[in-house]
Amino acid sequence: MAELDTSSGGGKEKGHKKIRSKKQSTRIDLTAMVDLAFLLITFFMLTTTLAKPQAMDLAMPDKDQKDPDAKFAVKASRTLTILIGKNDKLLWYAGEPGKSPAKLEQYGKNGIRKVLIEQNKRVIDQTKDDKKGLIVLIKPSDKSNYKNFVDILDEMKIIDIATYAVVDITGEEISMLKKENVY
Amino acid sequence: MPKVKVPKKSTAIDMTAMCDVAFLLLTFFILTSQFKPNEPLPVDTPASIVKIKLPEVDVATITVGKGKIFFSVIGQEIRSQALEHMGERYGIKFSLDEKKRFAVAQSFGVAIHKMKNYISMSEDQRNKSGFQTGIPVDSADNQLYAWIIAARQATKQVNNTDLKIAIKGDQEEEYPTIKKVIDVLQRQNINKFSLITDLKTID
Repeated sequence: MAELDTSSGGGKEKGHKKIRSKKQSTRIDLTAMVDLAFLLITFFMLTTTLAKPQAMDLAMPDKDQKDPDAKFAVKASRTLTILIGKNDKLLWYAGEPGKSPAKLEQYGKNGIRKVLIEQNKRVIDQTKDDKKGLIVLIKPSDKSNYKNFVDILDEMKIIDIATYAVVDITGEEISMLKKENVY
Repeated sequence: MPKVKVPKKSTAIDMTAMCDVAFLLLTFFILTSQFKPNEPLPVDTPASIVKIKLPEVDVATITVGKGKIFFSVIGQEIRSQALEHMGERYGIKFSLDEKKRFAVAQSFGVAIHKMKNYISMSEDQRNKSGFQTGIPVDSADNQLYAWIIAARQATKQVNNTDLKIAIKGDQEEEYPTIKKVIDVLQRQNINKFSLITDLKTID
């Protein structure tokens, strides 16, 4: 034994082969743990904000109990009526019912949105006032579903139509829907 | 010439601090996140581009799906107050314990005369299909109307604010059912309310 043992511990007796316990580092590789922690953080961050439901505000026209037939007067040329039928189809006509033909239309970008943008432009050209755009009357029929209703309200938000109202459908309009086989 | 020794640096970084921060944030998010309550009437809401979030307090949610109507209002105190008002209206006395149990319950869809039964049940029993048939809205006995009034009163008393109403409808729900709910609201002169939707982007 030529070397001096400086390490603490080990055998006391010289001459014997010492049993040295291997010195282990106290450092642990934390990389995996940190990875996991950040993964969970991301998950919780995203779920907390995504779980909150979105709320679309809807204002219905005031129903006057005493005078249910009270109507607000608007120029018929500015209005467009949407009749929501079954099977994701809708009918629309401009102005007063019966005066212009009702057309069958689909939902979405190439359907009703195109129509609404065109009509809105036409009305603004007519009134020469940006604020006096199209007035849309939404009339869901009994055969329509809730998704159609929300879709139309959504289109109003997308095209930025300020004046629209949800109105009860009339018998005349139901027969229009029946004629097109969407009621 | 002595050799210039470049000290060898370890590539291992001390991650202890980073780990601490990560877990601190993790704990924070776990504790603050609210899990989606188990809904007795699961609905698939339609999507819209609206990004306005529903407020977290003073909101009553009317869930409509499969022709049934469920009702819930946020806030324990408001809930127990609302139950008391309903009890007064329909001549049913609810004990303090029953009110407490009701305050922590979820959205419900039972007629008021079954309410005592509903309160005594466990959550699993309540959600068993067939028991909750929806709140009656017929013109003869419109309990949804009564519940909304009770919840509005309770909110006024507890928080001195106006109750906001949100409708959570299923995509496939037929419009007449939604119309019924809207009519109930309009009869109380609530002309402004929210529709709960999912998020989508403009296509």
